[in-house]
Amino acid sequence: MDTILPFFSTYGSEMLYKTWEHLYISLIAAALGILIAVPLGVALTRFPKAAGFVMGVLGVIQTFPSFAILAFFIPLLGVGKIPAIIALFFYSVLPILRNTYTGVSGVQKSLLEAGRGMGMTGWERICYVEVPLAIPVMMAGIRLSTVYLIGWATLASFIGGGGLGDYIFSGLNLYQPEFIIAGAVPVTLLALLTDLLLGKVEGWVTPKGMKKMREAA
Amino acid sequence: MLKFDHVSKVYKGGKRAVQDLTLEIEKGEFICFIGPSGCGKTTTMKMINRLIEPTEGSIYINGKNILEGDSVQLRREIGYVIQQIGLFPHMTIQENISLVLKLLKFSEEKRRTRARELLALVDMTPDYLEKYPHELSGGQQQRIGVLRALAADQPLILMDEPFGALDPITRDSLQEEFKKLQRKLEKTIVFVTHDMDEALKLADRIVIMRDGQIVQCDTPDEILRNPANEFVEEFIGRDRLVQARPNIQTVEQIMNPSPITITGERTLSEAIQLMKHHRVDSLLVVDEKKVLQGFIDVEIIDQKRKKASLVRDVVETDIFTVEKHTLVRDTVRKILKVGMKYVPVVDDKHRLVGIVTRASLVDIVYDSIWGEDEMTKIG
Repeated sequence: MDTILPFFSTYGSEMLYKTWEHLYISLIAAALGILIAVPLGVALTRFPKAAGFVMGVLGVIQTFPSFAILAFFIPLLGVGKIPAIIALFFYSVLPILRNTYTGVSGVQKSLLEAGRGMGMTGWERICYVEVPLAIPVMMAGIRLSTVYLIGWATLASFIGGGGLGDYIFSGLNLYQPEFIIAGAVPVTLLALLTDLLLGKVEGWVTPKGMKKMREAA
Repeated sequence: MLKFDHVSKVYKGGKRAVQDLTLEIEKGEFICFIGPSGCGKTTTMKMINRLIEPTEGSIYINGKNILEGDSVQLRREIGYVIQQIGLFPHMTIQENISLVLKLLKFSEEKRRTRARELLALVDMTPDYLEKYPHELSGGQQQRIGVLRALAADQPLILMDEPFGALDPITRDSLQEEFKKLQRKLEKTIVFVTHDMDEALKLADRIVIMRDGQIVQCDTPDEILRNPANEFVEEFIGRDRLVQARPNIQTVEQIMNPSPITITGERTLSEAIQLMKHHRVDSLLVVDEKKVLQGFIDVEIIDQKRKKASLVRDVVETDIFTVEKHTLVRDTVRKILKVGMKYVPVVDDKHRLVGIVTRASLVDIVYDSIWGEDEMTKIG
């Protein structure tokens, strides 16, 4: 207690700022991931042969150590927040893409036939049938991906992206455990809160009929 | 209304699913396509709304070649019901029914009114509108499936084995309900099935297909009386041909006109004596005007004789009857399917006029096998 309070009075506002920085780096990366991966995932269900290839490539990218990816972007994009966001975006794509693809391909073929037979265009089928029915699976991918990104965003500090990673790295360099804790605890809390919030979002966006069906089952 | 003009469909790999099919369907007609699997009946149907594009030939609806227009627009003008029902689980019944209207950009209010109207057609209350498909039974779900195809008041409806996945009892009642609905709304229906009973019951004309070609296209009665060839005969089945014998048409002609009856005022011991005397195990109970009340049998008497003494007190009123003008083929089907030993025959005032037993059926089959020259009065 004796060390916590003075620490807060010295670093409190800075900590809030860094938390905010951390949050928006990861959320922008996640949002970009959703923006790219959801349409791509839906598109890939139209080309199942290409789907295997794309997923394979992304799977390989996913295995690259995150440090390596961050370092890789320095010569290309320099340092700062933007390269950090771009690097994180690469990590967010795969889980969202894979879940979108799985969710949409899992929609019963008879429903698609009914939709086609009643005169839905391809676009209407996506909006009215495929995406609403795939939402629970897609949301699971988005949640997973966002929570991971909040963890990985600590590494953004490594290329000057800021965020709570700054504390962790300073703590490690200066042998000051309180800094490490000041970085790690908020990151964990942030991840937990985001997961909780996205869980709520999942509840809002899942069509009511499907929720009732799951309850009945 | 609908015309196939030398239509063929060749799938990739050279399989000819439909070969040079020419057929004309009138407005308000109920057409059943039937045949063994792989005969091209479903392909033929799906070419009408261009879910499958024909390779050769043309299809006309009201004189307009459908292959020339926009396929999406075409499908919105044709109702479509599939075997798997295909209701969207995330939409309410109302949304499901009026989905075509949504695609056609009708206002929310019009859609709601229409859904309500349609639901009334199948005797379902408006509170179903806000339910979801999984809360309905299979039969109810398919009723909604049919309503969905009626939503935009499409004159033509395609149905791909719509009742195939339902249990026999639900199927039976839905068929009857649907036939009534079709007559009332004067829709043109193209119906694919592999169930001959269903086709005989529903169709105005039946198109029997084999290997992508039409083998016979005629009314159910004509097909039963004059099957085009052995394939058709076999496909219809010997028992149905027997039932369709032209000289045995209605139940009245084959029934036993003097069933053993008893009135409600008699005692149970009198009843058992009557049974013993006539060597039967059940009696039909009638009132003094011969109106059928029900039946009693040995088991009922055995269980209840300590508690009651009059026939009236133990009569079982839940009894299946047929009207004397019913066609024999429908009755036979019911007797055989439900496994009843006999069926009382009544007139339009529910007066008992006779009885059809399994023995009567034996007589019909006997006659059909040994020819008409030995035809004797059945009884």
